[in-house]
Amino acid sequence: MTQKPTLDVRDLRTYFFTKGGVAKAVDGITFSIAPGKVLGLVGESGSGKTVTGFSILGLVDQPGRVVGGEILYRGEDLNKVSAERMRELRGVNISMIFQDPMMTLNPVLRIDTQMIEAIRAHEKVSKEIARQRARDALGQVGIASPDERLRAYPHQFSGGMRQRVAIAIALLNKPDLIVADEPTTALDVTIQGQILYEVQKLCSQTGTALIWITHDLSVVAGLADQICVMYAGKIVESGEVNAVLDNPMHPYTHGLITSVPSKNKRGAPLSQIPGMAPSLLSLPKGCAFAPRCKWSNSNCQEQPDIRLAPQNRRLLCHNPIEYNNDNIRQETS
Amino acid sequence: MSVFIIRRLLQSGVVVIIMSFIVFSGVFLIGDPVEILVSDDADQEEREEMIKSMGLDKPFLVQYGIFVSKALKGNLGESFVFNEPALLLILDRMPATMELAVVSLMIAIIFGIPLGVWAGLKPDSWASKSIMTGSILGFSLPTFWVGIMMILLFAVMLGWLPSTGRGDVQVILGMPLSIFSWDGFSHVLMPAVNLALFKLSMVIRLARAGTREVLHQDYIKFAKAKGLQESRIILVHVMKNILIPVVTVLGLEFGGLVAFSVVTETVFAWPGMGKLLIDSIGLLDRPIIVAYLMIIVFLFVFINLVVDILYSILDPRVRLQDVKS
Repeated sequence: MTQKPTLDVRDLRTYFFTKGGVAKAVDGITFSIAPGKVLGLVGESGSGKTVTGFSILGLVDQPGRVVGGEILYRGEDLNKVSAERMRELRGVNISMIFQDPMMTLNPVLRIDTQMIEAIRAHEKVSKEIARQRARDALGQVGIASPDERLRAYPHQFSGGMRQRVAIAIALLNKPDLIVADEPTTALDVTIQGQILYEVQKLCSQTGTALIWITHDLSVVAGLADQICVMYAGKIVESGEVNAVLDNPMHPYTHGLITSVPSKNKRGAPLSQIPGMAPSLLSLPKGCAFAPRCKWSNSNCQEQPDIRLAPQNRRLLCHNPIEYNNDNIRQETS
Repeated sequence: MSVFIIRRLLQSGVVVIIMSFIVFSGVFLIGDPVEILVSDDADQEEREEMIKSMGLDKPFLVQYGIFVSKALKGNLGESFVFNEPALLLILDRMPATMELAVVSLMIAIIFGIPLGVWAGLKPDSWASKSIMTGSILGFSLPTFWVGIMMILLFAVMLGWLPSTGRGDVQVILGMPLSIFSWDGFSHVLMPAVNLALFKLSMVIRLARAGTREVLHQDYIKFAKAKGLQESRIILVHVMKNILIPVVTVLGLEFGGLVAFSVVTETVFAWPGMGKLLIDSIGLLDRPIIVAYLMIIVFLFVFINLVVDILYSILDPRVRLQDVKS
């Protein structure tokens, strides 16, 4: 990687200290993302994707806490900065788009209020200039007659429009990094397509790095450069998106890919990953995926180490699926 | 909007008519005022004279009919005791009660909302736990007892505040008010706090519950993700959302504040309409009781309308419109 990464996350750990025990929602994940690139963070519900996003923005709520690791944003460790510095970074340098567009906008405040405040929290500009910028941002995400729409309340928008507004707010201050947490999951396929197109265009134009959290592999396939597959708080496989999706080496990635319906497999029953994601409070000893894995053996009773594979791929498995035996080198990082 | 208001006014009219019947028949049942008003040594003829002059010899429905036809002309009957129109007697005392109720409401809002929001923001701190314990006391201690204890402490033992009456009264906009002079303010303070305690506890609980709920909403997290200052998140994003239930409940409770100031007015000898009501009940002065209850009915109906309008201002999702039936 020649370009200096926008964000470099090293061994991040975010634990939730609940009455039932410590839930390791994010347990030692490492990834980085370069300017203008898109990283797809994939996994089932409860695998720690969203908590990863919130950890980056310092928005983990009690009883959760980032307990270890580094989140280096342009070399600055976000775990160590003051609350005020973090606030300055949020919304200007790093912004986030949430999953449910129906819930992200405050229902009792007008769109212009919610956009203008996002600008004026960081810059001393007049309301008129801020409004102008808000209007331009709405136009940018394809909202017709932005002047009129600015004066509307969130409930006067459809879900897709609200998500556009949320994206416009995230883009307002031209951030370097956007964390998008399943922003199209709640939307129609057509709207999803439009929004993906807009976001992709904006990222390549402005050099914004994008972390796209989703469980939809088809979205990642079309959008991302890099992919990280999360399972039970750990990244089990990461690498170049095409390499990983074409040749999954981790049985979990393989399971995810084969459970996507495809026209090539018409008529055949869909394969599925047996069982369900484990509770974070009672993770199996060793590899968390072992109980659901058809390749598991006695080695899997121990926690696997990270292995490096060609094309900068990393994976966390004792028994990777070997498409070509020469591909795998046994290395510990 | 105007269609909505007209419709509501028509509904209110029905409520008033039904209430007038209930009130009139209720008061009719509670006792015969003649027993109290006629002196013991009056003979039968004098008694019948009196009954006739008060119109009590006619059948119930006729009496009600007379009451309604007079009421429509703005005449709610004449007090048996004072021989003055009941409505005027009550309206004369209304500013005192209203002042007491408004000051109490202000106390409940000004102290209740910040305390409740604070308790909601830091639910585990000792300060908010004390606030919540205090609010339980505010709910459960009887008003009259707290009033008497306050008099004992602040008026008798410490001598800081006067225990009875209204003090200096200044006429502002045609209404005699105590609050604008120091002497009057010191008189209104203790009864107002006494009357406010219950509502204060309620506002604290509502504001706390609202804050706890709103804080976990995605839009608060999104506001944080926008990098807004903590103060703006709390004062604008949280506050505007919790005001919706607070205003609704407080609005409806304002009528209750006026109606239940009866106890506080009695304890502190506050010359308001609640005290007049208690005195009139003692004397079975029917026209005043009926007129008082009718005024309270009007008040509730009016407040409900105001709350609906306020509600629509606070919550843009509620727009007053004609419901298609």
